[in-house]
Amino acid sequence: MDSIIIQELLVEKLLSPRTQAQRSHPAKLKDHEKQYVGFATLPNQVHRKSVKKGFDFTLMVAGESGLGKSTLVNSLFLTDLYKDRKLLNAEERISQTVEILKHTVDIEEKGVKLKLTIVDTPGFGDAVNNTECWKPITDYIDQQFEQYFRDESGLNRKNIQDNRVHCCLYFISPFGHGLRPVDVEFMKAVHEKVNVVPLIAKADCLIPNEIRKLKERIREEIEKFGIKVYQFPDCDSDEDEEFKQQDRELKESAPFAVIGSNTVVEAKGQRVRGRLYPWGIVEVENQAHCDFVKLRNMLIRTHMHDLKDVTCDVHYENYRAQCIQQMTSKLTQDNRIESPIPILPLPTPDAETEKLIKMKDEELRRMQEMLQKMQRQMQDQ
Amino acid sequence: MHGREKTKEGSSLVPGCTSMEEKPGQPAPEETPSNAPPGTVGRELFGYVGIEAVLDQMRIKTMKTGFEFNIMVVGQSGLGKSTMVNTLFKSKVSRKPTGPGYEERIPQTMQLQSVTHVIVEKGVKMKLTVTDTPGFGDQINNENCWDPIVKYIKEQYEKYLREEILISRKRKIPDTRVHSCVYFVPPTGHWLRPLDLEFMRRLSKIVNVVPVIAKADTLTLEERAEFKQRIQEDLKAHGINVYPQEDLDDDSDDRLLNKKIRDKIPFAVVGADTEHQVNGKRVLGRRTKWGIIEVENPAHCEFPLLRDLLIRSHLQDLKDVTHNVHYESYRVQRLNESNQLAPSPAAGLLGKHEMESNL
Repeated sequence: MDSIIIQELLVEKLLSPRTQAQRSHPAKLKDHEKQYVGFATLPNQVHRKSVKKGFDFTLMVAGESGLGKSTLVNSLFLTDLYKDRKLLNAEERISQTVEILKHTVDIEEKGVKLKLTIVDTPGFGDAVNNTECWKPITDYIDQQFEQYFRDESGLNRKNIQDNRVHCCLYFISPFGHGLRPVDVEFMKAVHEKVNVVPLIAKADCLIPNEIRKLKERIREEIEKFGIKVYQFPDCDSDEDEEFKQQDRELKESAPFAVIGSNTVVEAKGQRVRGRLYPWGIVEVENQAHCDFVKLRNMLIRTHMHDLKDVTCDVHYENYRAQCIQQMTSKLTQDNRIESPIPILPLPTPDAETEKLIKMKDEELRRMQEMLQKMQRQMQDQ
Repeated sequence: MHGREKTKEGSSLVPGCTSMEEKPGQPAPEETPSNAPPGTVGRELFGYVGIEAVLDQMRIKTMKTGFEFNIMVVGQSGLGKSTMVNTLFKSKVSRKPTGPGYEERIPQTMQLQSVTHVIVEKGVKMKLTVTDTPGFGDQINNENCWDPIVKYIKEQYEKYLREEILISRKRKIPDTRVHSCVYFVPPTGHWLRPLDLEFMRRLSKIVNVVPVIAKADTLTLEERAEFKQRIQEDLKAHGINVYPQEDLDDDSDDRLLNKKIRDKIPFAVVGADTEHQVNGKRVLGRRTKWGIIEVENPAHCEFPLLRDLLIRSHLQDLKDVTHNVHYESYRVQRLNESNQLAPSPAAGLLGKHEMESNL
């Protein structure tokens, strides 16, 4: 009860200066209850509920091996997810196929809980023949959508687990001159199913001029091939200048050139996270050295919720619409019928295939009869 | 009258020795150990003959005729092959034009491009041919992307073979055979990829393969050491014999020197073609926000080792191994093929010129 009063007092402060005089007279508050409704406290209520419930976020990392994906994930979330990773030996590697590995970790910070799932894709792009090496990945994303679709259409919707992939970080090799054919094909296969954020990996092998040229090149090629990467939403016109400036810088630095590190080294008397070379120290959190800070801010601090929203509102809805269309075209011959509640589309296709099977059986029988007739004729002759 | 007389040095036939031994009053030659390899025991001379002047004669001759050196660079696009070649020979010898508006495009199929330059240093001429392979390993399906390269190398051997078999041969057969193939491994830091293994396995049998770790400024020193060790283990596990090959070491000096090189293979290199000012000197390097990487500083990268191997110490050895080992095995294979198919030389595959040669 008193927490509500505290909130109302806060709202009063914002609304009118007159109330300051009346704060010392709690009895007089009752008059003011008539002047404002009090729903301005809703954001705080939502905030409290979410803190209790906790958030979840699924992040997929894709790219050739050796581009620093695991190191970057460890640096982003300041954990060590890959402690028990075993490196394969020579024979195992030759026959390696693309796998999907999930690691889940619960992180808590200042009372806010985050259930973080990282989906890793070892083996992507590593073989000699990489045709369709993205198929296991697109299948996985579709599976998660399908499972959510079934859960949503089911009868008990209280505890739906959201395993849909919210964001896919795609690592582009800095050693090339832009996008490789594998990169283009992969991004085109997934850009309508998930938010793709392209990154330039291992950016410490590039000097600033090269980074600039590479980013321009990649942006041109993304446009040329029609790849729809995740767009940062425009900020509202009533935000302050500093925020707008940050937003502009963010958009101009895409794709981010990142360096990852989880080891602490000494630099200028300070202990920083970075990489130690004979010619200098690369500081991961130094904005002049790389875009790691921008990526982290974008991913976690400012745009995490937007990524989830776009996944729910755009990608999932696309999938759902496609799915329902396929089902209705099988169910009915006419179009424009209200889609029925899609509980399970299983019985109808079976009926169809049964019909087909019956038809084929009849055909086979007829042909066999004809053959027998012909054989008898030949024997008679 | 050259009887096969057993001299004290061993079984090599040395006509001059027999006449000397017959002279009476001649101080007997020193007792040589019986396990000395034939032909390498020096005789004590009692005056200056001037044999060593032959070295000067050779030097003058080679300066007149010059050297030929053919190098091939293979690797995915963007690994710095052209820059490396330019840095090695300190001149713009690669296929890339140096204008600012030049854009790299990945070609649809793999091509082989050769560029030839003549470089002169202190009166010594070198005809250098650099063969580049843009498009290698860049496609989605890279199966058999090494076939054009294998075909090219064998074609050069075939050309040389045909020239060699002619009745009236040229005095100096033009040598277009590839003397060394530098393979650029991307610095993933983990292991060799299947494509790298397949390529090196096939090519180390027909040409001298020198693997290098490209763009090594992305690896710290510990990562570099781990990566090299894994690569060496991989190469051994797959039986890939890169240059300098172990079984070709002549003597213990060679073996020692080559062992030192073998421990450091593959070299971690960084290429640069721009100069910067460091401590008052101009050095070739890359300037980043956190420091300048000096290409010729052995503490920063192993480019000096690669340069020494390819040019300063083992250039002639590379050519010799190509001629004596790889070319010879190709030749034997070809001659066996033609002998099997056509027992009489007249119908041999190698054309009517060879009818009178002793095949």
